Amino acid sequence: MSGYAGAGGPAVFDPSTLPVDDNVNDYTFCVELKGGQWFLQKGKMIAYYGAIDFNGIGHGRLDHLVRRSFHSPLHASDWVVAEGSGKMLLADRAFDVNSFDLDEGNLTIRSGNLLAFQPSLALKQSIVPGFLTLIGTGKFVAASNGPVVFMEPPIRVDPQALVGWADCPSPCHHYDHGYLTGVLGGLRAMTGFGGASGEEHQFEFVGAGTVLLQSSEALMAEQPIGAPPQQAGVPGGQGPQTGGAPGPGGQRLPGQLGDLQRRFGL
Amino acid sequence: MFRLQGSKVLAVDMTGDAVKAKNGSMVAYDGQMAFKKLTGGGEGIRGMVTRRITGEQMTVMEVKGHGTCWFADRAAEINLVGLQGDKLYVESSNLLVTDAGLRTGTTFTGLRGASQGNGLFTTTVEGHGQAAILSDGPAVVLRVSPQYPLTVDPGAYIAHQGGLRQTFQSGVTFRTFLGEGGGEAFQIRFEGDGLVYVQPSERDTIAGDV
Repeated sequence: MSGYAGAGGPAVFDPSTLPVDDNVNDYTFCVELKGGQWFLQKGKMIAYYGAIDFNGIGHGRLDHLVRRSFHSPLHASDWVVAEGSGKMLLADRAFDVNSFDLDEGNLTIRSGNLLAFQPSLALKQSIVPGFLTLIGTGKFVAASNGPVVFMEPPIRVDPQALVGWADCPSPCHHYDHGYLTGVLGGLRAMTGFGGASGEEHQFEFVGAGTVLLQSSEALMAEQPIGAPPQQAGVPGGQGPQTGGAPGPGGQRLPGQLGDLQRRFGL
Repeated sequence: MFRLQGSKVLAVDMTGDAVKAKNGSMVAYDGQMAFKKLTGGGEGIRGMVTRRITGEQMTVMEVKGHGTCWFADRAAEINLVGLQGDKLYVESSNLLVTDAGLRTGTTFTGLRGASQGNGLFTTTVEGHGQAAILSDGPAVVLRVSPQYPLTVDPGAYIAHQGGLRQTFQSGVTFRTFLGEGGGEAFQIRFEGDGLVYVQPSERDTIAGDV
């Protein structure tokens, strides 16, 4: 081979030096395909060596695969199956990418953060709107803004920093309005006079498991995950794509008098 | 002498010699420097006319002096490329600094350029010396050899060097029009012997997500 890269230049990769199912650098992930298949989000492949085909999930030949590992057909068109042999590089808008192994486990992840996964995992919609759950054994690749931090519950996390969680069953909202009680507290929460910290609302996790956080509060664009069936008792099932129905009396505007009235007992 | 300070700032040590840099990319300097805008990229009247016609416009300044000059552009990652008589093909918007001894020019890229949304022409850098190119996220350098051809997404391609042939591949089928496409409808295939630089991010291309 001719020596193109000058001495001290950047590392040059070829199929024999690219890692197998591992990161090339913090922002690029290399997948080795040996006749197998991977699911990936549309348009996240940046380059590949070898012979790899990209097919939409609607491709008839792949029906059995979709039946086995895909459980929300409504958004299947946003996923692509890579098939063949060779090495493929994945990246997403220069965000950090990381791979994770699941061993007979489950993991729930924000829909925009999931980049690719092995078909041995099953992808399902989470009950939590906007999240997806992976179940089974296999590897998946997730993107995050800044490196991912792993935390053990019990923990309360900022909603924007949450990437996902594994094996812990009870994510719930937590409101830290303790210091905002009484009439004056109500005025303060409503108007911001006197200071609201902006961190009164968190997600709370308890139990055994792992919580994944990104080291910034910038959210990735949401991927459509399909709407759950329109049935009573199904969260998000009332309307397409919206989480939670508005309370009685319609949508409450921020700063509306409702809170204060309630505090006065009206 | 080019050296990276971190990954987003390029320091160039000069002793009376000169470099060509993207206009306005100087962030600091030390010593005595003179900055001179090079009309038409320093390629003479013919180069200037070519660039005007092809739309591959590049405003370049010549930096000359004694001391150290630092360059950066919108916190983009900087990658150093060493050239030993071979040719580097790069988009003019991704070119930050070149040694003054390197020749720059424009060349026709055909459908590849069109698929990237970058126009039909690209910039070439030729000669012996160093060049610095910009990327969104650190670039991955991939070697292409006769037994290992490489296929690249047009939105992630930033530059290539060496003796490479490029062919444009289209995977558009009737499924693409049904919204069931593979998401990678347009690809560039590189064959031959050389290096390809890709960035871990995709520009918006006209093909988008089909």
